[in-house]
Amino acid sequence: MIIEFTPDQQMIREEAQRFLREQSSSEATRRVVDAGASHDVGLWNSISHELGWCAMAIPEEFGGLGLGATEVAMLMELTGARLACVPFWSTVCLAAPLIEAAGSEDAKTRYLGAIAAGEIAATVAFGDLSVADPLAVTSVKAVKSAGGYVLTGKVAQVIDLAVADLVIVPAKLDNGAIALFTLERDAGQVIVPLKVLDGTRPIASLELAGVAVSAAQRVDAGGLTAAAAQSALAFANLGLAAEQLGAAQGALDVTLAYIAERVQFGRTIASFQAIKHRCAELVVGIAEARSLVFGAAASLGEADADESALEISGARVLASDLQFRAAEEAIQLHGGVGFTWEYDPHLYFKRAQASAALLGARDAHLDSIAASVFGDGGQK
Amino acid sequence: MSDLDTFRAEVREWMASHLTGKFAELKFRGGSGEGDALPELRKEWERELAAGRWTCPGWPREHGGRGLSVAEQVAFQEEYSRAGGPGRMGHIGEGLMGPTLIAFGTEEQKKRFLPGILNGTEFWCQGYSEPSAGSDFGNIKTRAKLDPVSGDWIVSGQKVWTSLAHLSDWIFVVARCEEGSVGRNGLIFLLMPLAQSGVEIHPIKQIGGGAEFNSVFFDDARANARDVVGQPGDGWKIAMALLGFERGISTLGQQMSFQQELDLIVEISKENGSDRSPAIRQRVAYAWTGLRAMRYLAMRVLSDDQSAETRREALTYKYQWSNWHRDLGRLAMDVLKMDANVVSHDPRRERLQQMFLFARADTIYGGTNEIQLNIIAEQGLGMPREPRGKL
Ligand SMILES: Cc1cc2nc3c(=O)[nH]c(=O)nc-3n(C[C@H](O)[C@H](O)[C@H](O)COP(=O)(O)OP(=O)(O)OC[C@H]3O[C@@H](n4cnc5c(N)ncnc54)[C@H](O)[C@@H]3O)c2cc1C
Repeated sequence: MIIEFTPDQQMIREEAQRFLREQSSSEATRRVVDAGASHDVGLWNSISHELGWCAMAIPEEFGGLGLGATEVAMLMELTGARLACVPFWSTVCLAAPLIEAAGSEDAKTRYLGAIAAGEIAATVAFGDLSVADPLAVTSVKAVKSAGGYVLTGKVAQVIDLAVADLVIVPAKLDNGAIALFTLERDAGQVIVPLKVLDGTRPIASLELAGVAVSAAQRVDAGGLTAAAAQSALAFANLGLAAEQLGAAQGALDVTLAYIAERVQFGRTIASFQAIKHRCAELVVGIAEARSLVFGAAASLGEADADESALEISGARVLASDLQFRAAEEAIQLHGGVGFTWEYDPHLYFKRAQASAALLGARDAHLDSIAASVFGDGGQK
Repeated sequence: MSDLDTFRAEVREWMASHLTGKFAELKFRGGSGEGDALPELRKEWERELAAGRWTCPGWPREHGGRGLSVAEQVAFQEEYSRAGGPGRMGHIGEGLMGPTLIAFGTEEQKKRFLPGILNGTEFWCQGYSEPSAGSDFGNIKTRAKLDPVSGDWIVSGQKVWTSLAHLSDWIFVVARCEEGSVGRNGLIFLLMPLAQSGVEIHPIKQIGGGAEFNSVFFDDARANARDVVGQPGDGWKIAMALLGFERGISTLGQQMSFQQELDLIVEISKENGSDRSPAIRQRVAYAWTGLRAMRYLAMRVLSDDQSAETRREALTYKYQWSNWHRDLGRLAMDVLKMDANVVSHDPRRERLQQMFLFARADTIYGGTNEIQLNIIAEQGLGMPREPRGKL
């Protein structure tokens, strides 16, 4: 297998790059962060309505373009590079793949179509965002009632909740199985936006104090299977790894621009070998992470699902390490201004922390790779 | 079965039926750190490969190769390594000298030299580095003087770190042919037989105890007038082009042997309980991840993708695999624990111990780590070049 983008993919990538360069500037990100806003409304409108990015990976029968993981990873990488404040990951990599993998035909028709058309933003209220298997845990209970179910419980942190038109809530049934429910806006849930360290990705808590939902709002086709969960999480992690890779590239780009101008000792600081080498090391990390992200994307659906899951775990490990390193170097190589609010490195640094914590820290991903490599299912 | 699968099966079949009998002893030998192991038998193995037309399979047909596609060459390298095919005595001829002659040699040179490489009868070594020209390869001092009577070149000077010179028939030498020239200018690329008066070869004992590399002394040694590649003065251009052939497909075979080393580490750690250490497990998982990334990077580099990212990131490949391998050496020793310290003829342990030691060279030859980072920064990122000193 040879890994390369097709001419169509190359074109999508170049156009997206051009669009984001114009529309997703540092100023645009700062406007959202400084205002504590939920997202960049104009940017999200363009992405979802005009450019049709949300339709990329949704099957054609549900109104999408039927393209694959590679296209989504490409767009995640590019939005990551600009720290674009849009609910793209939650809508396209969390909610849509979960509905596609586990949803009933009815749910797919209803929601995937709306996502593809750019009509709604969506998210998933995972019980615990920090673990590698977030669909296995939830503190929300669903009790059967006359017309449907009653949902009760609290979810501490939900990404992009305030902007989402639709939230998918995994909840535990009486028999212990997990089922998926959808809530549209103002359906009785209480949403409390949290003050977050990384202002580029909003988080809110979700409280369900006995919210009644109809039977039709249960969207899983008779229970969430392990295979469906794995398939949805593959997309979530792949998209996140791509975004982390992009953010690392973004941090490096910002740094390269600065050090090419800054003069000390009668020369640009970019001419010092110590600094050249550190930038070069980041290129090495980027090459590694990009190869694994796009290699895994190309083989997702072709290779065995367990093998793909391992590759994607590996991509998360590399991308998390890399994103942090790139952001740290951005601060260090900017010197004093790297410590200010005015310059961009802190935005990348905070995003690095926030992303690394999501969906399994590096140790958890390494543990699952080890379990497979040693063939012992993991050490207790 | 796809054509590629059929081809793979053919290679596997051939290896299974030929790497047997007296050649069985060669399985997994002659790799990292023991390039000089069992040399006579390995040369015979080269002729066995040649008889099956498996030397130089990537060369064009008109030059005696099979003209295999990139995907087929990758498959060949992988199956060769998987079967335990020994380190190739002929790889400098096949991978470096041959492609350079095909690109830049005269018809007469091709006729004279390509058959020896194809048949596994003539072995080559690389005479670039000198005591004062290591990373600074342009600082070559070995002199080539034109003998006005014969048109031959008379060579004096010293090459060093010349791998397998003591087991080779020919050496390609980069020497200074213009009096007073400096740096990249005034160099010549010469093909020289080693068996001549005026050439002395002194093996140098290495970190692992063996002696794969040598000092090669030239004292009025002779290169025939016909044996200049390109024009006198073109030496730098030819020498660089030759290095370009190095970053090729054989790296996929190398990755297969990396995988075998990793498998061996996992196997041993399950036997001796190292697999119970969470830190070891994480390092093994990290090594697995790095190897997978490396594999996909190689596949990007071998593709037709000419995007700026891919061209830039291709520059990182050498740095990546060499540092990965060095770390693997440390991991292997940590897994072996006290056994790492005792020299043994257990082939598994010996392989890992040699790998641990030899991997230290991976980040030195073929451009050191620091030179690789300079290249990535300067060529990949367009950062300012290193200034040259005056000493
Ligand atoms: C196992 C092995 C096999 C070899 N086989 C061959 C062979 O067959 N033929 C052949 O011609 N050569 C061969 N070599 C030689 C190899 O190419 C050189 O060792 C290598 O190019 C480094 O040169 P040097 O040893 O002179 O080190 P130096 O160039 O002296 O380097 C010493 C240290 O200084 C650093 N350094 C040098 N310049 C810079 C710079 N500009 N910026 C920052 N740091 C710098 C280096 O990175 C290194 O860490 C072999 C070497 C080894 C180890």
